[in-house]
Amino acid sequence: MNAWKTIKNGILDENPAFRLVLGMCPTLAVTTTASNGLGMGAATTFVLVMSNLFISSLRKVIPSNIRIPAFVVVIATFTTIVQMVLKAFVPALDKSLGIFIPLIVVNCIVFARAEAFASVNPVGLSILDGLGMGAGFTLALMILSSVREILGAGTWFGIHIMPAGYQPMGMLTQPPGGFITLGIVLALVNVMMKSYERRKSARKGIQL
Amino acid sequence: MKDIAFIVIGGILVNNFVMSRFLGCCPFLGVSKKLETAIGMGVAVTFVMTLASLITYILNTYLLSRLGMVYMQTLVFIVVIAALVQLVEMVLRNYLPMLYNALGVYLPLITTNCAVLGVTILNVTSGYNLIQSVVNGFAGGAGFTLAICLFAGIRERLAISDFPDWMDGFPGALITAGLMSVAFQGFGGLIH
Repeated sequence: MNAWKTIKNGILDENPAFRLVLGMCPTLAVTTTASNGLGMGAATTFVLVMSNLFISSLRKVIPSNIRIPAFVVVIATFTTIVQMVLKAFVPALDKSLGIFIPLIVVNCIVFARAEAFASVNPVGLSILDGLGMGAGFTLALMILSSVREILGAGTWFGIHIMPAGYQPMGMLTQPPGGFITLGIVLALVNVMMKSYERRKSARKGIQL
Repeated sequence: MKDIAFIVIGGILVNNFVMSRFLGCCPFLGVSKKLETAIGMGVAVTFVMTLASLITYILNTYLLSRLGMVYMQTLVFIVVIAALVQLVEMVLRNYLPMLYNALGVYLPLITTNCAVLGVTILNVTSGYNLIQSVVNGFAGGAGFTLAICLFAGIRERLAISDFPDWMDGFPGALITAGLMSVAFQGFGGLIH
């Protein structure tokens, strides 16, 4: 039960991109196509899970006043691994994500989970937290990038899906489109979460 | 000289770090509620970006490239930046307490500002020399300062305006940033 709660927490209640509004740079920058969004989500999830695993198992060894540099080194190591793997096996993705792969090091989500969760929780739960947060982040990136690619270019994962007469809204794949799409999606998420919470509290009221 | 001018105009206006490269979005959205704090953050970031460009260039050219260890770039750069921020904090605390108090809380945050790590990596991938790197660092920082100050000015006014409930906070701020980004796109024709 606790395990499921930890995962659900990352995807819904504390979705890093939509609820905590962390990791904005990759969220805005790489969501121009769905495949970029998925690739970035997967890369970040890997770094999240591995850094949570290592930081959680080392949590009793790392002295608390030098923990920040220690976290940085652990996270940077796994980011470098991701960078090398992508360059070797999916060079096209590496090229389109470009500078944002090394920038996973300074992604606030990874850092925040290391500090707030992995450094005070057992290994198993920390891995699950990394998975949940990674899934939540990937989901957010997928939603944003799908909206931007479908409306902005008329394609999804590079396949034409809009009718032939559709005029793509090119601006959505440009930088301003990133800010505006995220703003609108965040507003929708706010509305949905409000009604979800209202229903939840109403249900609790009946049980009481 | 011409390329230096291009780097400056590019960094501040055309390829503004926040508005078109999406680097440094977290502080851009997080500490832009008041103009004063935005200026403090901007100055601190510009300072660290310029210094980081200088030091990482020297390290990358004379150490990593010579030893064939360029793959360690990310790790080395982030450690250098973290150490640099710590150093700047100590120096300011001892010698310029006025400035230290003004920047105080923002200094440690700079380590995880992706504009700083971003500019050091961009310097390497663009193949800039020492002077170009330092200028790029400074111009990037100046662009960041410009964007965050403009944004803070707008947000100060938005705070007193009547937003619908669900648009309040981040959604409204992001759409404002989107409109600003449209304006910055207008500079696109300055450099070819």
